Amino acid sequence: MTTEKKEQEKVDIHPNKEGYEPDEITAISPWKDAFRRLRKNRLSMTGFFIIVFFIIVGIFAPLLTSHGIDDQELVNRLQPPSSEHWFGTDDLGRDILTRIAYGARISLLVGFIAVTGALIFGTLLGIIAGYFGKWVDMVISRIFDILLAFPSILLAIAIVAILGPSLQNALVAIAIINIPIFGRLVRSKVLSLREEEFVMAAKAQGLKNGRIIFHHILPNSLAPIIVQATLGFGTAILEAAALGFLGLGAKQPTPEWGYMLSNARDFIQLAPWTLVFPGISIMLVVLGFNLIGDGLRDALDPKMKN
Amino acid sequence: MLAYTIRRLLMLIPVLIGMTIITFSIVHLIPGNPAQVILGESATETQVQDLEESMGLNEPYIVQFGIYVSDLLQGDLGTSLKTKASINKEILPKLAATFELTFFAMLFAIIIGVNAGIISAWRHNSWFDFFAMLFALVGVSMPVFWLALMEQWIFAQELGWLPAHGRQDSRSQIDPITHFYVLDSILHMDMKQLFISLKHLVLPSIALGTIPMAIIARMTRSSMLEVMSSDYIRTIRAKGSGQFLVIYKHALKNATIPVLTIIGLQTGVLLGGAILTETIFSWPGIGRYIYDAISYRDYPVIQSGILVVALIFVMINLIVDLLYAFIDPRIKY
Repeated sequence: MTTEKKEQEKVDIHPNKEGYEPDEITAISPWKDAFRRLRKNRLSMTGFFIIVFFIIVGIFAPLLTSHGIDDQELVNRLQPPSSEHWFGTDDLGRDILTRIAYGARISLLVGFIAVTGALIFGTLLGIIAGYFGKWVDMVISRIFDILLAFPSILLAIAIVAILGPSLQNALVAIAIINIPIFGRLVRSKVLSLREEEFVMAAKAQGLKNGRIIFHHILPNSLAPIIVQATLGFGTAILEAAALGFLGLGAKQPTPEWGYMLSNARDFIQLAPWTLVFPGISIMLVVLGFNLIGDGLRDALDPKMKN
Repeated sequence: MLAYTIRRLLMLIPVLIGMTIITFSIVHLIPGNPAQVILGESATETQVQDLEESMGLNEPYIVQFGIYVSDLLQGDLGTSLKTKASINKEILPKLAATFELTFFAMLFAIIIGVNAGIISAWRHNSWFDFFAMLFALVGVSMPVFWLALMEQWIFAQELGWLPAHGRQDSRSQIDPITHFYVLDSILHMDMKQLFISLKHLVLPSIALGTIPMAIIARMTRSSMLEVMSSDYIRTIRAKGSGQFLVIYKHALKNATIPVLTIIGLQTGVLLGGAILTETIFSWPGIGRYIYDAISYRDYPVIQSGILVVALIFVMINLIVDLLYAFIDPRIKY
């Protein structure tokens, strides 16, 4: 969309002017516009369908298979894919397809909770740092620096080492390592918005800080947060799988994909299917989120128009 | 530049303090009785008390932290609970192993990534571009450890082309000088050993290097696309310079800065990824060291291992930042 059109859009909001004919131009909100462009992006829509597919698989897992996640048929250990076990069975004779389907729940939930946690705390800290500045900013920014001073997986390991290995603690660790990523993003956005005229105007009107933050600054920093959250979903799932693989996350009999892979390690030669399918599932889900994230970034970036 | 360097160095101080607080917490903030957790359920009362005594866990937190920091400042990383050896001594050869792996992983990532990015930008919207970028997208979505396992399955187990474990054959051990085995075998003028060392490096380097490769390829592509549409490139083209010269001599130079930053940052990320890759390929580096320490609940090793890697990570970031300001004088801080 060109700048002139944008100007007209602004006019459209106040259609009281004489001689103005509102029929000619239809106003589109920036969000609708972005959504329209996202829908045209074929790669992003592919990503979207991948995610929807896994959500459906996760929700309807009990209907999709007649096996249970911990149904051990020891006679059928390490069976190759067959009509009865589409993805084969693992070392305890459990149906791998079933475990992957239920595993989708875990991975998506882990991604959702970790990202939501990081998003809430990161955004809050970022806003506080950026809006109030001075020593508050100093303290919060240094905390971000410290957290970012570790390679993320190592920090996660450190946190799990303190809290003890479990899926919940892995979740907490992943949320914490992602806080500074959101925090820094929001802080820099707030810093630039703070100088904008509409924020100055709001201040001059005597609006309270809380209102300025939640009604003026936050809505205008949403775009990068949404993009980061989508991409963060993918990284969170990868990180959870890595922790599970290292034995620091989910434990038996939880069908967490990373943990399934760490079991499969011992049977590479005997039963490669125990290795292939959980890995492909992780890759597809993460790819899905990355595709949507990339598309969203392009759709929400005004420079990418046309 | 000098003022910026000093400010950047000063900013390191709180970061370093924070880092030591976090690694300190790994042992000292374990809920309940840390000594009991370290020794496991079956430990006797006296064993627990002995360990508490030797690790100074009975002192107040402040005193414990003071001892921890003063030990670190004297360059003492502590003693491994498992081997009873000094961590300082144990960690050096492992660091060398990790550096060697990281170096070759990065070499792979840069050579393939930069060239794929250039060709993608050059043949923008072609089939090559499409598949290279699709491949890059898949590359960043793959769990490193899964890629590593798949490589082991296909290239080591099924095809038997490359070794799946370790740094050298158990039958012909190298006499380490620098602990960088490639360098060592060159110093020994041992061609066979050099070949063996390189062969062991292939699979882990590719596994570790794939994500940075994908990121570098994407960055190079977008950076090149931006430069290629600039006026000066059009001028050079108008002068009749060949395509190859335009791209590799003129465009690449200006497209390098963002790519360099990414390369620097990814080197740090590789150190984190090394823990997974090394675990799978039994690569005796610092990642494997930390992993083994986790399974043995060898907390001093976990602490010091993480601290050392984080220190290197911080240093790399520092160098990248300074280099960035140095290469591009337009950037004012």
